[in-house]
Amino acid sequence: MGLTYNTIIVLLGTGLLGANAGLVGSFAVLRGRSLTGDALAHAALPGLCLAFLIVGERSLPAMLAGALVSGVLGVAVISGLRRGTRVKEDAAIGIVLSVFFGLGIVLSRMVQNTAGVGNKAGLDSYILGKTAGIIRQDVLLIGGVSLVSLAAIGLAYKEFKLTVFDPGFARVQGWPVLWLDLVLMGLIALAVVFGLPMVGVVLMAALLILPGAAARFWTDRLGPMLALASAFGLVTGLVGTAISARYAGMPAGPIIVLVGSGVFLLSVLIAPRRGVLGRALAAWRFRRELQERRVLRLLFERIEPDLPALRPIGRSELVHRRGWRPSAVDPAIARLRSRGEVLLEGRPDWTLQLTDTGLRRARSVVRGHRLWEQFLHDHPEQASAMADLSRESVDDVLPPDVVAELEATLRDAGRLPDPGPEEGPR
Amino acid sequence: MTTIDAESNRPAPTRSSMRTALAWALGVLAVAVPTAWASLASDEIGRWTILLGILSSVPCAVLGCYLVLRKLSLLGDAISHAVLPGIAVGFLLSGSLIGPAIVIGAMAVGMLTALLTQLLSSLGRVPEDASMGVVFTSLFAVGVLIITNAARDVDLDPGCVLYGLIELAAIDSRPILGIEVPRSLGTLGLATALTVGFVALLWKELKLVSFDPGLATAVGISASAVHYALMAMVAGVTVAAFEAVGSILVVAMLIVPATTAHLLTDRLPRMMLVASGVAVLSAAIGYRGAVALNSSVAGMMAVVAGAQFALAIVLAPRHGLLSRAAHRAGLSLRIAREDVLARLYRAEEANPDRPVPAELAGRWASSAAGGLVGAIAMRQLRGRGNVEPSGPETLGLTEPGRAEARELVRAHRLWESYLNENFDLPADHLHDPAERIEHFIGPGLRAELAAALDRPDADPHGRAIPPEGSEGGASAPGPR
Repeated sequence: MGLTYNTIIVLLGTGLLGANAGLVGSFAVLRGRSLTGDALAHAALPGLCLAFLIVGERSLPAMLAGALVSGVLGVAVISGLRRGTRVKEDAAIGIVLSVFFGLGIVLSRMVQNTAGVGNKAGLDSYILGKTAGIIRQDVLLIGGVSLVSLAAIGLAYKEFKLTVFDPGFARVQGWPVLWLDLVLMGLIALAVVFGLPMVGVVLMAALLILPGAAARFWTDRLGPMLALASAFGLVTGLVGTAISARYAGMPAGPIIVLVGSGVFLLSVLIAPRRGVLGRALAAWRFRRELQERRVLRLLFERIEPDLPALRPIGRSELVHRRGWRPSAVDPAIARLRSRGEVLLEGRPDWTLQLTDTGLRRARSVVRGHRLWEQFLHDHPEQASAMADLSRESVDDVLPPDVVAELEATLRDAGRLPDPGPEEGPR
Repeated sequence: MTTIDAESNRPAPTRSSMRTALAWALGVLAVAVPTAWASLASDEIGRWTILLGILSSVPCAVLGCYLVLRKLSLLGDAISHAVLPGIAVGFLLSGSLIGPAIVIGAMAVGMLTALLTQLLSSLGRVPEDASMGVVFTSLFAVGVLIITNAARDVDLDPGCVLYGLIELAAIDSRPILGIEVPRSLGTLGLATALTVGFVALLWKELKLVSFDPGLATAVGISASAVHYALMAMVAGVTVAAFEAVGSILVVAMLIVPATTAHLLTDRLPRMMLVASGVAVLSAAIGYRGAVALNSSVAGMMAVVAGAQFALAIVLAPRHGLLSRAAHRAGLSLRIAREDVLARLYRAEEANPDRPVPAELAGRWASSAAGGLVGAIAMRQLRGRGNVEPSGPETLGLTEPGRAEARELVRAHRLWESYLNENFDLPADHLHDPAERIEHFIGPGLRAELAAALDRPDADPHGRAIPPEGSEGGASAPGPR
């Protein structure tokens, strides 16, 4: 595929657009304002048309200024409705989006029905977008907008971070949250207005949301997330444009969005910690470990009266006593054995015997379990806030004095597992 | 405020029902007259267009009430965008823009949107709004892709799907019983009938799920089944209307009339009727506006709906900006008046022989809410005979004014005593809360406070708490 000058320009334009949208869109996603970008894109249309009607010719700066003004006006109306009236935010977004867009369509149809002007306005492209029309000037403009966004975010990075994650705290600390919000909205408006002619109204919203939402899966830190979102946006723009240029019948706007959806879906699935697969894997591992802990605990509790002698226990005794399915217990026993924590003897009904390492681990498991039990018993009101029953040990969750108090209670009841001679007191 | 206002302002039941009837009559007239005018002013095509507009927007408005009440407006937005691929696939399969294939395709995609949004936000832990944005824009992109590919050899114009061509729908007609009837009348009529049937049939279930999903589940109504049925209906009317008003402006018809109605009434049946009225007006006036401006009917309908919403925001009787401002102004005036009365009473009490200069009382009136409010409040006090000149340049209480002031000061001092008794507050922290709350303590609460405090004679600062009512003749407190 030979790269002509035009293709390079279009690639540059969409790539930059995607990167910038990803950067500023991340903030919208984090602030729970994803759909405000959508409303802004729709609300920009009447300003665009009005500017055209006033200037009387296709003048890019005038039309962009018009779009910016009416887009920001739309966002202002949303926030005014939300604060000053009974209208809820979602309805306010929907109203601004649809009524402004309706006005835009009325105006654009008036432009088209005006003799002589007709389709010269090219207003249709603002609704569905035309990447092929990108020229060098557009690339420079988008580059400029990206630089402005980057500079603004870089200059007030700490402040933005605070307003995104804890607006209430930021306000209490005396940061101008309203102004920072306005700056963010302005940056989003800039991104939207310059993106409109390329990908159109609806798909512009997608470019704002998708990279940020995808990046959110990969990291919990703002800086890396912004970098990732910009990279996702860049790749989305480039790949989408390339596919659209390579194959016929593939309009760039929808293709770019679909590439973005692909990136997003992939992130949802395979992101290591927050992704669906990663979480499923973690849950599976956790269930396995829990089963091992149960077996160890049961073994320990059966032999506890005979300690320090390690009495062997029959497998059937272990399984039937708790109504466990053998299929669930056997793999856990096998894993314990392969780690040298239990010894198996005899067939077909094995007996299990804890080894020294096994005893140490079992003792710690039982200690944790009983401390949790005691905690829930003594402080039920704090259970939902403090208790994390998935943890084997209480020590890194509960404060040391509480642990000491619980241990004392258990020791008095004779239920605290004796620390082994080699382990010493904890 | 609550106790006093509720007692003095509640109209007699007959008057209230008459007022309701009058409001309804006015409302019906406000819808019927412009609609009749619009139909009379139009030619036959125009009348059909208005009818089609009404038939496509009324079902949206009715279902929109549920969306607005359940804060699902944006799901309506998402669905109306996302049905595009359903429409496109239905069209490719059946080759026709009207018919069951398209409706079924769109309903399926509509439910899919609701389902995917739910799934993404729960399974993928994406914020609800972001997951909605992801789902509907992606589906929309698929739809645009299919349509632009299909549109090369068939007449499915993306523009038509996006912002509707109701003008052409009225022309595309066939004769029934000797009358030229637009072909889409059947679809739209069916959609309206189905909507009304759906709402009537599931009235109780929909209402319960909208207002209290927990209770609905507890009494055995599956909230999610009702939810998805509603979403399917929304998708259905969206498709039925998309030819007329376009898939994007359907959003306007789903959200704007219902929100407007919500500003005007609190009851669901009335809200639906008002929303339908707004929708009818939007169609009728929108058509005339589009003719006048030589522009898009669908766009104009959305604009007219928006204008009605703006009117309601400003003028709505209880929730409108004007009535709220008036209410606030009334409250400020009452507080300013009462502040002056109470301070005059205290001045009299402390030093009966030194009258208060009128200019000082004016400053008291202006202290809370500014000079204008203060000036009006002073004039009202004189007009109501609560204060009178007691000499040159000085002001004193009249008997009715003194009675009212006594109640205020009694409320103030009772509250101070109550705070002192029940809360661990230093003595200099008692005055300010009492100064704020004294305007809102009615006779009932005063009696309760007095009973709770064993009828105290003096407040924590040692000043006498004036007795309830009066020892003298002036018993009727003036209006507040």
